[in-house]
Amino acid sequence: MDTFSFLLQGLATAFEPIMLLYALIGVTLGTAVGVLPGIGPALTVALLLPVTYGLDAAGSLIMFAGIYYGGMYGGSTTSILLNTPGESASVITALEGNKMARAGRGGPALATAAIGSFVAGLIATLLLAFLAPHVVKLALVFGPREYFALMVLAFVTVSAAFGESAIKGLVSLFIGLALAMVGIDQLTGQTRLAFGVPQLLDGIEVTTLAVAMFALGEALFVAAQGPGNDGAVLAIKGRVKMTAQDWSRSWKAWLRGTGIGFPIGSMPAGGADIASFLSYATERNLTKHPEEFGKGAIEGVAGPEAANNAAAAGTLVPLLTLGLPTTATAAIMLAGFQQFGLQPGPLLFATAPDLVWGLIASLLVANVMLLVLNLPLIRFWILLLKIPQPWLYGGILVFATLGTLGVNPSPVELTMLVLFGTLGYLMRLYGYPIAPVVVGLILGPMAEQQLRRALSISQGDPMTLVQSPIAAVLLALAAVALILPMILRARGRGDVLAQVGQAED
Amino acid sequence: MPTKGIIPDMIRDKGGKHMKHALFGAMVAAALALPAFANDYSIMAPASPGGGWDSTARTMQEVMQAEGISSSVQVTNVPGAGGTVGLAQFVASASGDPSQLIVGGYVMVGAILTNASPVSLADVTPIARLTGEAVAIVVPAASPIQDIKGLVDAMAADPGAVSWAGGSAGGVDHITVGLLAKAAGVDPTKINYIAFSGGGEATAAILGNQVTAGISGLGEFLPQVQAGTMRLLAVSSDARIEGVDAPTLSEAGYDVVVQNWRMVAAAPGLSDEQKAQVSADIEKLAKSAGWQKALADKGWADTYLAGADFEAQLAKEIEATTAILKDIGLVQ
Repeated sequence: MDTFSFLLQGLATAFEPIMLLYALIGVTLGTAVGVLPGIGPALTVALLLPVTYGLDAAGSLIMFAGIYYGGMYGGSTTSILLNTPGESASVITALEGNKMARAGRGGPALATAAIGSFVAGLIATLLLAFLAPHVVKLALVFGPREYFALMVLAFVTVSAAFGESAIKGLVSLFIGLALAMVGIDQLTGQTRLAFGVPQLLDGIEVTTLAVAMFALGEALFVAAQGPGNDGAVLAIKGRVKMTAQDWSRSWKAWLRGTGIGFPIGSMPAGGADIASFLSYATERNLTKHPEEFGKGAIEGVAGPEAANNAAAAGTLVPLLTLGLPTTATAAIMLAGFQQFGLQPGPLLFATAPDLVWGLIASLLVANVMLLVLNLPLIRFWILLLKIPQPWLYGGILVFATLGTLGVNPSPVELTMLVLFGTLGYLMRLYGYPIAPVVVGLILGPMAEQQLRRALSISQGDPMTLVQSPIAAVLLALAAVALILPMILRARGRGDVLAQVGQAED
Repeated sequence: MPTKGIIPDMIRDKGGKHMKHALFGAMVAAALALPAFANDYSIMAPASPGGGWDSTARTMQEVMQAEGISSSVQVTNVPGAGGTVGLAQFVASASGDPSQLIVGGYVMVGAILTNASPVSLADVTPIARLTGEAVAIVVPAASPIQDIKGLVDAMAADPGAVSWAGGSAGGVDHITVGLLAKAAGVDPTKINYIAFSGGGEATAAILGNQVTAGISGLGEFLPQVQAGTMRLLAVSSDARIEGVDAPTLSEAGYDVVVQNWRMVAAAPGLSDEQKAQVSADIEKLAKSAGWQKALADKGWADTYLAGADFEAQLAKEIEATTAILKDIGLVQ
């Protein structure tokens, strides 16, 4: 049978009523865990694995697929509404999404995230079905030096996207990089900056930092401004649905996000977070409305949300073609395969086509189900914004604390949450951007490790970094991204950038 | 029945409490007419969901409930630092509680040493070794190196020029390369070992021809070897493995035998009766048909070893590991 008929057969299975029920359960659970900060899809799939022993192969795969895509999508809801990212890949969504919500445009922000996730999920799943064996060859070309060049590009574009005050942006970035040093050094196993606290050995959890900086920092900031503006900012103005202009600004961002997310997700050391950063930087550079960035630009939600969902599908490329799980969730799905007597590996497409195609068909079904579930829910979600401000922020504090403690119930975690929340408040007070701190924490260790691996392989010769064509091209792009804004500023567009920089908080 | 999984319930993870297994467990208990010991157990997997320790803990959970060894088993994950974060928490919170178990393994032995962990395996009550896996050495299919001797000779000629991709620094893969270098008369501090985080990153680097050789658990590489994308040069077991076409390291003339084993330990401060009860339950688990089937399904070797034999073996391994980590230069 050819690819197409396998897919049709898979779809026929996936559309049986009982399978649709499993898909619904999966996406509902997935969305729920995506919404709760700290509880990730990996843990959920692990907990559900015993439950699926009672189901047949198709049923459990469909449920996994639903959880997987649902988790990716659910994180955006809290990012947008509460400024509390549930997963590291949703951090960037909070930047523009929460601004939109506070400007009364929560409905369109959630809609563009949902539809963007759907479009990206659909395209990326089809790419997975038809191109996986080819994409994986490209992904394997990426070694440590190419990854390092990719990280440099991400650093430069993301930091350069934070406006005129380069110094403030860099200060924030370096705080993040310093925090990233905490814990055991992967390459030598030696401890750095942990001060004998065992909980610090594994470094600082990204979600703890993100939740503290975004949610706690903001709650403190709002509280410090005193009473007087209760509810005024948060009322819903305008339409719940996306306007024609929203659509026309979103669709290109969705496609670009998919184009960035899928290949980066396919790389064994890529990941949805890098994809979302690069998508944000791209949208910010290409937009016709640069003045809106930092104040709630819809492209800044549409692109990264599409990118993180496309990356989620991309992650399955190495899993299905090489048997390489590149995320914790993928690793548990692999355990799920083994329970059906499958030996995942490069031969999986050949030895178990029915299961592979069943999974791909399930992903398509889960993706549709997610849209069906979430679009009508937007009406209810945005009611949250009608809650009077003191109540809302009180709720956010409880929610953020419980979520963080839920994963890691230790006093150290709670202390970190409070300290970083205070830091976030102070940075807001003095006009330092928050996002570069989180970006530094996520990208810092990856960049450091890949650089050291590259130099270790070349036995210390730095020229190795530019001797690979891919790395050289990526570094050249990074150089352009660094120099171009300087030229633009010199030519008088600095005013716009400065304005944007100040609006960022 | 899967709808039961509302969130709070899931977090507590009464996992396999679904009908089929509960029923099956009850049937087994009734059939054997045993007085239900019905020890409730809580197993800590000191790692993230998805890894080897986590799947060991969850498989134990399944089998212990299905075989009626325990009526309720919970699994908790405390990830971090090669298991030492979980170990520290376990020692602090579980002392004297016979219902608390922790899963661990060889990687933990190395991690305790390299992290200068304040707690060690001497602070828990080791019960039994359950499974184990040999370490495999591979090269990419396109590599000019044909056998383990060729690889070791290249390393002897210029240790820095042979880059090894494997798991975490100071882990079982790293230790094996160190032992191999030492056995071949190469200075172990000179080896060029490149640590990758788990989840296939090392495999990707090998497939992409980024490194000279790869070293990891046999199970991780076997599918690639069967597909012809990697060449298997040697395994670290004490004897040839059935169905695997590669010599052992000792056969090739290097006196190195390494097994990446996984074990279960109980809380510190147990009375002799409590320890005997836990040991009896674990023995029942290891001998059960359900466990044997699970091992076969997952491709894990049965390396059950308990009591004084296990304790002696453990002490020996800790001593050897300390020596080689000092030789590599990871431990002062």
